[in-house]
Amino acid sequence: MSKYNTHLLVCAGTGCHSSESNLVYEMLRDEVMRKGLDKTVQIIRTGCFGFCEKGPILKILPDNTFYTQVKPTDAREIIDEHVIKGRKVTRLLYADPETNSPILNSTQMSFYKKQLRVALRNCGAIDPENIDESIARDAYQALGKVLLEYTPQETIDVIKQSGLRGRGGAGFSTGLKWELTARNESTQKYVVCNADEGDPGAFMDRSILEGDPHVILEAMAICGFCIGANKGLIYIRAEYPMAIKRLKIAISQAKEYGLMGERIFDSDFSFDITLKYGAGAFVCGEETALIHSMEGKRGEPSNKPPYPAQSGYLGKPTCVNNVETFANVPVIILKGADWFSSIGTAKSKGTKVFALAGKINNVGLIEVPMGTTLREIIYEIGGGIKNGKKFKAVQTGGPSGGCLTEKHLDTPIDYESLAAAGSMMGSGGMIVLDEDDCMVSVAKFYLDFIVEESCGKCVPCRIGNKRLYETLDRITVGKGKPEDIEKLKNLCSVIKDTSLCGLGQTSPNPVLSTLNNFMEEYHEHVYEKKCRSGKCRSLLYYVISEEECIGCMACKRVCPTHAISGEKKEVHQINQEICIKCGACMEKCQFDAIHLQNDYPKVTAII
Amino acid sequence: MIELTIDKKKVRVEPGTTILKAARQVGVEIPTLCHFELCDMGIENKPGGCRICVVEVEGRRNLQPSCITEVQEGMVIKTHNVRVLNARTTVLKLIISDHPFDCLVCAKSGECELQSLATQFGIRSLPYEGEQSHYRKDTSPSIIRDVDKCIMCRRCEMMCNDVQTVGALAAVNRGFMSVVAPAFEMNLVDSPCTYCGQCVSVCPTGALTEVDHTNDIIRALSDPTKTVVVQTAPAVRAALGEEFGLPPGALVTGKMTAALRELGFDYVFDTDFSADLTIMEEGTELLQRIRRHLAGDSTVRLPILTSCCPGWVNFFEHNFPDLLDVPSTAKSPQQMFGAIAKSWFAEKIGVDRKDLVVVSIMPCLAKKYECQRDEFKTDGNPDVDFSISTRELAAFIKQANIDFLNLPDEDFDDPMGESTGAGVIFGNTGGVIEAACRTAYELHTGRSLEKVDFHALRGMEGIRSATVDFDGLQLNIGIAHGLGNARKLLDEVRAGTSQYHAIEIMACPGGCIGGGGQPYHHGHSEILAQRAAALYTEDERKTIRKSHQNPSIVRLYDEFLGHPGSQKAHNLLHTEYFPKSNEVSIHLNGHNGQ
Repeated sequence: MSKYNTHLLVCAGTGCHSSESNLVYEMLRDEVMRKGLDKTVQIIRTGCFGFCEKGPILKILPDNTFYTQVKPTDAREIIDEHVIKGRKVTRLLYADPETNSPILNSTQMSFYKKQLRVALRNCGAIDPENIDESIARDAYQALGKVLLEYTPQETIDVIKQSGLRGRGGAGFSTGLKWELTARNESTQKYVVCNADEGDPGAFMDRSILEGDPHVILEAMAICGFCIGANKGLIYIRAEYPMAIKRLKIAISQAKEYGLMGERIFDSDFSFDITLKYGAGAFVCGEETALIHSMEGKRGEPSNKPPYPAQSGYLGKPTCVNNVETFANVPVIILKGADWFSSIGTAKSKGTKVFALAGKINNVGLIEVPMGTTLREIIYEIGGGIKNGKKFKAVQTGGPSGGCLTEKHLDTPIDYESLAAAGSMMGSGGMIVLDEDDCMVSVAKFYLDFIVEESCGKCVPCRIGNKRLYETLDRITVGKGKPEDIEKLKNLCSVIKDTSLCGLGQTSPNPVLSTLNNFMEEYHEHVYEKKCRSGKCRSLLYYVISEEECIGCMACKRVCPTHAISGEKKEVHQINQEICIKCGACMEKCQFDAIHLQNDYPKVTAII
Repeated sequence: MIELTIDKKKVRVEPGTTILKAARQVGVEIPTLCHFELCDMGIENKPGGCRICVVEVEGRRNLQPSCITEVQEGMVIKTHNVRVLNARTTVLKLIISDHPFDCLVCAKSGECELQSLATQFGIRSLPYEGEQSHYRKDTSPSIIRDVDKCIMCRRCEMMCNDVQTVGALAAVNRGFMSVVAPAFEMNLVDSPCTYCGQCVSVCPTGALTEVDHTNDIIRALSDPTKTVVVQTAPAVRAALGEEFGLPPGALVTGKMTAALRELGFDYVFDTDFSADLTIMEEGTELLQRIRRHLAGDSTVRLPILTSCCPGWVNFFEHNFPDLLDVPSTAKSPQQMFGAIAKSWFAEKIGVDRKDLVVVSIMPCLAKKYECQRDEFKTDGNPDVDFSISTRELAAFIKQANIDFLNLPDEDFDDPMGESTGAGVIFGNTGGVIEAACRTAYELHTGRSLEKVDFHALRGMEGIRSATVDFDGLQLNIGIAHGLGNARKLLDEVRAGTSQYHAIEIMACPGGCIGGGGQPYHHGHSEILAQRAAALYTEDERKTIRKSHQNPSIVRLYDEFLGHPGSQKAHNLLHTEYFPKSNEVSIHLNGHNGQ
């Protein structure tokens, strides 16, 4: 048997894969073979490292070298220099964004320093297509433990005591959910894994499924044991082909090893898992809609109660948990409820995975203990705002979340504090905005998404959100009326109060939180017809500078709407009421006399 | 029992009761829109989609839809505080903001539940201007879909899928463009629609309405070269009065006849006449099949199924194309009437069939389609030219400023106005088979039937069965109304497990009295019961209550047809059925093309 002294971990997550990490892998392998190093150097395709923006990632063990943006053509140099001669390829090393100096050991990267990887513990560490590597990292040990040592209720008690709460958004106690499903008598029950990750920009569930599929299978079996179900279903987006492929491999390997199927570990417990593909509707992340979709019905939610725990898939008691929730289960069983509940805040235990994006230096997937502050995430893990711009807000919780501001930066993040600040945990989207972002446009962006994704069942979500969007759109093109702000507020509160499902009930959050935190920007748009960030094109104004204009009349001739007046050799003027902002004048002017500004160029603002 | 408080009133209700129903018990009427119920028939639509019925429940974060939220011990509910009223009004304004503002010319004006709510809520302005969703208008022989007016209450979907199991209508698209439509937004004519019209009878707005043929009739009436004959179906007389403010179940046979004469019809006849004729043909066929069966003929198909209901005929052509030889070949009363009117009667009065216009007043929308079927035409001239609904007739009478309530009672014309009590009860579920039993008994036994009321065949349960004793011959009768119930009996027939000799099927819940062309019942199922009772009353009042004793029918056979089942009768009064594909054909005409 080979005894490797060097391990090359090539990220094979979707992000790195799409920037040709598979070619990097092949070139490295060929090079290792050519140099006859295949007995001592192991090359593994792993799941996601989370540092997707700088992919493809290559991590080398045992010295924790972290190479970024590796190209297939770099393979020879890496093998020659690093593996054979022991000299790190400096140009590929991750460089600190502030000091610009390369970092030799990945544990020194600020991106990882504050992270605590529990749900993601195996992502980037193992080959997800090889069950032996998972088993070497304790896969199925927790399942064996509960089957052989615990009763279902004892297992549920461990999960309850750990304080684990649903990571899909609502934050309901996982142990309690299991207990409620367990209590409902039925000859047939179901465990459902919700892998219908739909938030724009979120990919934590995908990364877990791609990087550590066995943890999900194991956790589902544990859940099945607890609630009395022998059938598991994973509702996964059809847009996740790699996760589907790896799940299929994992299921067949687990069956081959007797870790899935009939009489697992020679116990009386049998469990089988099948995949169900979602057709990409955001609302199918809502559990009743998800169940309807699995049944072949229109993907739309229904009123609760009855809860799925009472009447779910095919009318049977069903426990629906999110991927990340499940990913925490086996390690809780192995390390104990006390270990897990020692992490986090009073009411929110453990860690949370976030997809960090936006105007930030280190974009990627991160996992931090509950209670970490936004400042730590943005400025330490995230490496601060891009291009030295000023931080304006951070949007958390996906389309149903809200925008938090400077004053929230030191708030420890947990379910309660985010909700109190007018946002939510959601599934863990986190988008950083800087001074160039217009908050009205940000709210409009999310509403656009909601309008697209509403299932259309209930009136407030179907029509209310459309009207919210239209009102925001009017405001961003300078047609906002003073009464629009009150109208927005009332509409938001009624949509929250009357919508059928969680999607509708939280859909006005982007508007409400921007109204709460950035009212002055709304006022500027409505009263002064001004967008301070210059994002709203209709609120930019072409003006002719008195100093530079020589009165050549070139702009006047080219203006398609005759908005420019002025005699020859006199300073020209643009009538803002007629100007259509086509930019033809600015292009024509040879004297740089025409500028764009975001203040309405009259003394008094029109109302 | 659960005790709770609604608007400071204490109420005790059974567990599982919704807030809406608990509130009704203490006289609190919460407004609803998508919720719909025919409680006597177990039909209920409560998707919880419109959110008009929301109420405040103490301790719950959000307002709760009262139509689906079940009561809990100690609940404290407020149904009309500021928060609730603001929410309801805002939601209603949102619905209206995506609804055409064409009430003045809308077919549903006056009957529209959205319009009523707007009145009730005192909506005077529309603050939420914006885009309105637009869809292609779809016209079929019976039903018009103007889904710009669809408010996604899903009542039609519930009727079409859960009650009728037809599966022609379901919600399609997402978000703002969500609407109820046939799959792939194909046209209704290409869908498995049976034109039963139950979607129309429950639609709260003008999104689903009937094709209006009133103007065609006005044109015929004003054409001096045409002789215009009208027939009125049994169920019409029990419901027409509702349109003029009379209580449900008021019989207006005489006034209806007078009104039709006022409108200018040359002959006012009765479909009850041809219902009697149907019994002669269908009853004979029933007896023949049973006798052959008893004689050991294994090729004979039993049970025999009634075939008077065109929605039902469409349904089995779509869904049971392998069983087309099971139903009776007898035409429906409407078509028998047309066939006889344009032959026997036309000859009698010396009018060419092309100059004779036959109009039918029907409780039904599928009749519009039925009279357009090719097999009911001679040289392109249909046996029945136009079929209008009870609602259309009422509108026509109003348009002609006829003082309906003060009309004298008049009688039908001869010879096709003569009918028996057996013909009258065709309008009720179970009525056709009861009428058939009255005649078949006497034909089979050769003895007079003393007790003509077969109470075992009456009622409102969806599927009923009874055994009728024909002097030792035990006849097992099955009855289904509503196509979902029919499907259950047909599945048994297909599986070879059916125990029945004869089955009566009506597409609409309650039979024709609950037809898609009747005055809107708005979910009041007691209206259907009152209409049914009215028809049984009319039956009792008749001196002749057995079809074969109808003197005009006797004359018709003597003079023209010979005997039931004769070659001539076969040519004129029987038909055949055609398999209809349920395969989906997709037309790429886009959902936004107007």
